[in-house]
Amino acid sequence: MTTSLHEDKRDVVLSVQQLKKRIGRKWIIEDVTFEVRAGEIFGFLGPNGAGKTTTIRMLVDLIKPTSGKITVCGYDVNRDPEQSLRFVGAIVENPEMYSFLTGWENLEQFARMVPDIDETRIHEVVDIVGMAKRIHDKVKNYSLGMRQRLGIAQALLVRPRLMILDEPTNGLDPLGIKELRTFIRQLADEGMAVFVSSHLLSEIQLMCDRVAIINHGRVLAVDDVENLLVGRNQYVIWMTKSPERARALLEQQDGVHLVQPHEGMIDETALLGLPEDYIITEMNTDLIAKVNQALLAAGMEVEGIQRVVPTLEQLFLEMTEGGGID
Amino acid sequence: MLALIHNETLKVLKKKRFYVILLILVVLIPVFTYAQMKIAQNSREKFDQDWRREITQQIADYQNTLGSDRIPEEWKTMRRIMIQQLQYYLDHDVNPNEPNGVTFTRTFMDNAVTLFIPLLIMAIASDIVSSERSTGTIKMLLTRPVRRWKILMSKWIVLMLFSGIIVLATALLSYLISGAVFGYGGWSFPLFSGFNLSGSDVHVESVHMMPSWLYLLMQCGLIWFSSLVVAALSFMVSVLVRSTAASIVTLMAVLIAGSILYNMASSWPTAKYLFMINLNLTSYLAGSPPPVEGMTLGFSLIVLAVWGVIALLIAFRVFTKQDMLN
Repeated sequence: MTTSLHEDKRDVVLSVQQLKKRIGRKWIIEDVTFEVRAGEIFGFLGPNGAGKTTTIRMLVDLIKPTSGKITVCGYDVNRDPEQSLRFVGAIVENPEMYSFLTGWENLEQFARMVPDIDETRIHEVVDIVGMAKRIHDKVKNYSLGMRQRLGIAQALLVRPRLMILDEPTNGLDPLGIKELRTFIRQLADEGMAVFVSSHLLSEIQLMCDRVAIINHGRVLAVDDVENLLVGRNQYVIWMTKSPERARALLEQQDGVHLVQPHEGMIDETALLGLPEDYIITEMNTDLIAKVNQALLAAGMEVEGIQRVVPTLEQLFLEMTEGGGID
Repeated sequence: MLALIHNETLKVLKKKRFYVILLILVVLIPVFTYAQMKIAQNSREKFDQDWRREITQQIADYQNTLGSDRIPEEWKTMRRIMIQQLQYYLDHDVNPNEPNGVTFTRTFMDNAVTLFIPLLIMAIASDIVSSERSTGTIKMLLTRPVRRWKILMSKWIVLMLFSGIIVLATALLSYLISGAVFGYGGWSFPLFSGFNLSGSDVHVESVHMMPSWLYLLMQCGLIWFSSLVVAALSFMVSVLVRSTAASIVTLMAVLIAGSILYNMASSWPTAKYLFMINLNLTSYLAGSPPPVEGMTLGFSLIVLAVWGVIALLIAFRVFTKQDMLN
């Protein structure tokens, strides 16, 4: 692909090599290797408990790796936090601030810990996240959304080259999520490397350029997001006036597999609001047009065709099929 | 470093714990002042306003006991010194029991050194690290490009500062409040100090007179020193334990155990190496017998210093190596 050739030439901002972490006797992280380049949004996708947060905590020197190496802009994070963390803005899990201080006082606290950050910069980041009106209120009176904004302001304060966001859409409403997406894209366009973790495949699809998929402490794949679902079967939902006949016909088609409702690992929210009697199939999306023609030729009125993104669990199942993980 | 200290000072002040401490002092000191006033009234009624009669009576009592065979020789030595002191007051026409702000402060500080002041110090010391962990702000604090030992050092420096302020505030408030009732005089009132108790012998050669203001100053210095040791220990517990409440309870239990042991220590000589037994530094100034034979001011200072330094070493070691898992 031409785009990835282009991306390969960009600077590597974050490099993680053979990261391993053992806590007690348990290996929490067994093998994590990836690189994040300037100007890209990098997704870090994995179910809860896969080791996402542990990895992120190692990226910002909250946890020391058992072995492996993390560098930011060429500086080793564990050996040289004073240099490397200067380039990093991060929100690890929830953006916890001092609730007894105002938003402004919080930002002042963080500004004092980094050289060359003055009041003008604090004003700038407050304006960027649109908090100017409430910035002098105590943080304990902020809503979750405002805390998120303050968290982002705090991360931006240092003019980072790497932005780390851990499940950033948690607790945001749909509008907030959309705003956040636009905002993150804007940061990447300005040349920042953005690292976003999530357990939602759809979110990563919408937001990211490249993705690393992690499960049980191992990175299973690192690839462009477009390639993630290429060549994989997807769920397609068919809605017709005569479901019985359609079902019989669909069953005969090559490459189409009927899925009983509740049997497939389908995102339940995707099924909400659909009329009754829909038919779920698992098929290659390239076949949709052909199958549709067959249905029409048989005189059935097709009222709707809907692709549904597989859940992360589904993807894992396919990726690790025969792989022996799990 | 100055910026970090600035940050920590702001946090302590804005958290209002310090004001709660001042409030406790403002509420409790009048209670003791009132009690002291009652005592003064009682003795005045008893001796018809004539303090000379009271002193003469006391001297006579002591002299009677000197004749008794059942009283050990070292006690008699102490009594002889006391008689000398009382005689001195009579000769110079100063009333030793006349309540005034300075005398009250001196007695109050003497009684506050083992439990009351340590408790106030702990209110700040136990919270200073553990609260960052229990509220999650530690993640914000440690993901800055600043080495961990510097962050901990700034916290320790601020703690030393506030320990001093608490000791001074206690002295100042008790002077101001009691002075309103008893008058603000008594600064140059002569006191006897320099008692040297080694074994069962009382060495009186070094006993000398000291004006009250100097005595009070030395007292505050010694109390600050023992406060620092209590602060170092709660600081360590605060690093080791995530919950502020748990770390206060741990230290409180140790201190109370200490005050119980204090009276039992005479039959358990190795107890003199416990820090709790050595906290009462001001008793050496007053010349009261130590809990274990052979303990001197120098000995107590060294024992306390060793405890404090070890606690700090553990705190720094753990804090800089620790994985911040949550």
